[in-house]
Amino acid sequence: MSTKIVMNNLTKVFYKKDAKVTALENISMNIEDGEFICLLGPSGCGKTTLLRILAELEKPSAGSFAITREKDGRPLQSMVFQERGVIPWLTVEGNVSFGLKMRRTPDVVTKERTAYYLKKTGLEKFSGLYPRELSGGMKQRVSIARAFANDPEILLMDEPFAALDEQNKFILQEELLTIWAETKKTVLFITHSIDEALLLSDRILLMSAQPGRIVKEIHIQSPRPRTMEQIRSDPEMAAHFVSVWNHLQNEVQQSRSPI
Amino acid sequence: MIHRAKEIRDDPVQMERQEWKQRQRQHRLKQALTVSSPIFLLLLWECFSRMGWIDARFFPPPSAILFTFWELGQSGELFHHIGISLFRIASGFLLGVIPAVVIGLFMGLYSPARHFLSPLIMAVMPIPTLALLPIIIIMFGVGEVSKIVTIAGSVFFPVVINTVAGVTNIDRIYLDVAKNYGAGSRQFFFKIALPGSLPVMLEGIQMGQAIALLTIVAAEMMGANSGIGYLIWTSYKAFLLKEMYVGLIVISFFGYLFSVLLRGLQVKLLPWR
Repeated sequence: MSTKIVMNNLTKVFYKKDAKVTALENISMNIEDGEFICLLGPSGCGKTTLLRILAELEKPSAGSFAITREKDGRPLQSMVFQERGVIPWLTVEGNVSFGLKMRRTPDVVTKERTAYYLKKTGLEKFSGLYPRELSGGMKQRVSIARAFANDPEILLMDEPFAALDEQNKFILQEELLTIWAETKKTVLFITHSIDEALLLSDRILLMSAQPGRIVKEIHIQSPRPRTMEQIRSDPEMAAHFVSVWNHLQNEVQQSRSPI
Repeated sequence: MIHRAKEIRDDPVQMERQEWKQRQRQHRLKQALTVSSPIFLLLLWECFSRMGWIDARFFPPPSAILFTFWELGQSGELFHHIGISLFRIASGFLLGVIPAVVIGLFMGLYSPARHFLSPLIMAVMPIPTLALLPIIIIMFGVGEVSKIVTIAGSVFFPVVINTVAGVTNIDRIYLDVAKNYGAGSRQFFFKIALPGSLPVMLEGIQMGQAIALLTIVAAEMMGANSGIGYLIWTSYKAFLLKEMYVGLIVISFFGYLFSVLLRGLQVKLLPWR
């Protein structure tokens, strides 16, 4: 396996008059090609900041990162945003083909790839509708289809299922795994749901808050394809769950107590 | 009460159907009320005026006004005035809206431009364009241009302000999406900035339309020899109150027509709303 993402001492400080917050401190790690990584941590631990830096929406205060480009003309990364990230004035089809159109991909390819991912996500029938007419789950399918259709080197996902109800969440998680298994893309996924992290990841990176650091790494060996039933009934997973839970508890307690 | 409760147990569908029918009846009643209020007022006016309870010289019966409307229409005089006013409104409206949209988008997209221009706009906006009419006449003469400029001036402000607000209020997440998916500045403009600001911009245009109508009447009253405002003003001065009312009806009609047309345009341009 080759290394896909290299991060070197990534640090981000938010500075305001009289106050500075170290959102990220010396994040260094390697992510292998085709790995599914979940970043898990309490809110405010800088996981979104890390993702935004990799998405080039934010500049690091120090440090650097590199994403290996495998194929010329491919975008380095595409982000699956939270539910609001679907553009309301574009149809489902317009949203899914958005990245391809922005990069001026030939029409034939755009059409073909858009149609492919519309079908994959079960959105074919809705391709002419506007997001307003879709449920939350359907909107997130649009967001996922948009990212995959763009065919980036890596995928970044910012709590894409956080706003969904439990049932829809399970369904979309398994759909995501199916599409992912087909493309074998490297994924960096932010979540604060332990179950979600256990189901999806090859590796969970546990973060702590202020300064945001990676404090623990858990390899999930469970064979794929996985289902939620499997994860829930596996005693090893239960042990992981408890250890992650304890860590998060501690983090929350610490942030509450005065320094 | 006991009897009623038994009925419900017997046939719930029947019960619900009756409830539904009742709701339908109430709905129709509300619609009838909406239509009936203007008719009621006109009837009242007609009766009072004919019976002499109100002064028919100032408030001629609606039927007589309608007859005058017909006469003015027959002689072609009315359409002459309407034509002139519509021409002024249309050209003034376009002359105001187009630069307002262009400048508004520019200010919305480039914050230095916004910071530089907004104090000027804020300072000039509260001055009624009509108060500037003398200056406008000095600058552009007494002809058509001064009326068109007056309308343009009063349409400009609500449109420019709403356009700026439309652009600056686009949710930041769409800007992130555009950036993340590699939109160039041209694509950003056409795919994000323009469609995203359109709803608020159109609200401004709707406001501008109403203001244009107010302005034209006043401007034509002050310095013109044709147009609806002129018709209203001269009829009043010559004590031809029926003619004056005809002018008022025409204004009311066009105000309604324009806002219906703009609503239609809104529905067409914003299918995603």
